[in-house]
Amino acid sequence: MPANSESHSLLQVRNLSCQRDGRRLFAGLSFTLPASGALQIEGANGAGKTTLLRTLIGSAGDYDGQILWDGRPFPASLPQFRESLLYIGHRAGVRGGLTPLENLAWYGANRSAAMQALEQVDLFGFEDSLCQNLSAGQNRRVALARLFLPDAPSLWILDEPLAALDVAGVAALQGQMAVHLSRGGAMVFTSHQPVALAGLQGIQLADFAVDELAESAGGEHVFG
Amino acid sequence: MSSAESLSMAGRNHGGPSLAALLRVELLLALRKRADIANPLLFFVTVLALLPLGVGPEPDLLARLAPGMIWVMALLATLLSQESLFRSDFEDGSLEQQALSSQPLYFAVLIKAAVHWLVTGLPLALLSPMLGLMLNLPAAGYFCLLVSLLLGTASMSLIGAVGAALTVALRRPGLLLALIVMPLYVPVLIFGTGAVQAAIDGYVFGPQLAILAALLAAAAALAPLAAAGAIRISLDN
Repeated sequence: MPANSESHSLLQVRNLSCQRDGRRLFAGLSFTLPASGALQIEGANGAGKTTLLRTLIGSAGDYDGQILWDGRPFPASLPQFRESLLYIGHRAGVRGGLTPLENLAWYGANRSAAMQALEQVDLFGFEDSLCQNLSAGQNRRVALARLFLPDAPSLWILDEPLAALDVAGVAALQGQMAVHLSRGGAMVFTSHQPVALAGLQGIQLADFAVDELAESAGGEHVFG
Repeated sequence: MSSAESLSMAGRNHGGPSLAALLRVELLLALRKRADIANPLLFFVTVLALLPLGVGPEPDLLARLAPGMIWVMALLATLLSQESLFRSDFEDGSLEQQALSSQPLYFAVLIKAAVHWLVTGLPLALLSPMLGLMLNLPAAGYFCLLVSLLLGTASMSLIGAVGAALTVALRRPGLLLALIVMPLYVPVLIFGTGAVQAAIDGYVFGPQLAILAALLAAAAALAPLAAAGAIRISLDN
């Protein structure tokens, strides 16, 4: 039943190509992310990992191809998509003028859930200090504490979640990722580090890179 | 009850904080940055205190200059404080998170502009009678000065939010922001000073105040829309 298999894939990407500043970063990218699926995007610096994630959350408008959420294409499905999205970008979304506890409250956590999440990211005792006085790694942990909240949304899109974390932090985060997958959640993330997760798919953006030289040569061929 | 607790007590739907929680967070952030509140006010008072040193302490001359000078300085003080309206939110990524939440960006901008007015425009307007006294403003002008500044600074906070949203991705937006926003302040300035002058001269000033209120209503309806669009453009590069 094709309709049934459609409904099992949360996020579907068909023949996606993205550009930034007039340069095509990659083309022909297709993948399907089912429930309990995890996808790691790999690529060199500047390969377009962040652009791909920003396209997936519907923030970058400059793309060709189709993105479907729950079988319905963007941008019609964007409102429903964003209801189930938890995005942590390069900029963590932690306000320096608020405490970790207030930051999590802004994301909708109640006090006890927020305290528990902060304990799990090893920020117990810092919950009432202003985030601007915490270190970069600690601020990163405040952002990642959102993943430890009990009612975290079902699709995680994370840009370099392991950056700036120490060994214990990486282990805790991988554990939480596995818990999320076991609850039927899905995730897309970029990372330069290998991540140990059962059922993890990988995409090498280099495989979809556009050879600009060959393309312009092809263009000349048309003129010639 | 701690502030964090009261934030979440305000209730929320999935994907974004409620409007009440949003307002509380913005107020909390504004009140924690005391220097940002004090600087525009100090600027306002200092420049107007310097005015008699520049043009001479003649009471009649000062009385003639007072309405216009107080209004122009209120405009500049508002403008100076506007640059940072979205800056820290943009830099720490929370503006992006707000754009992703199911709560419309319109309300987020409206609340930001309202809090900006509460911490700059409102104190400016409340200080204005004191500065009127310093500049020998005729007694008939005080009430009108206060009301016109209350209405006018609110419009300016909203209009300035558009400029701040357009320039938030730039590193040093200062002068560009002024160039974008100043022309839009012109109608507010004209009717504001016009109302005070009319009150001093003993004419009716109700119509001018009504126009200021109408400008405020239009700004409240349209400026957050424009600013929300500008934020999405700024976030997209």
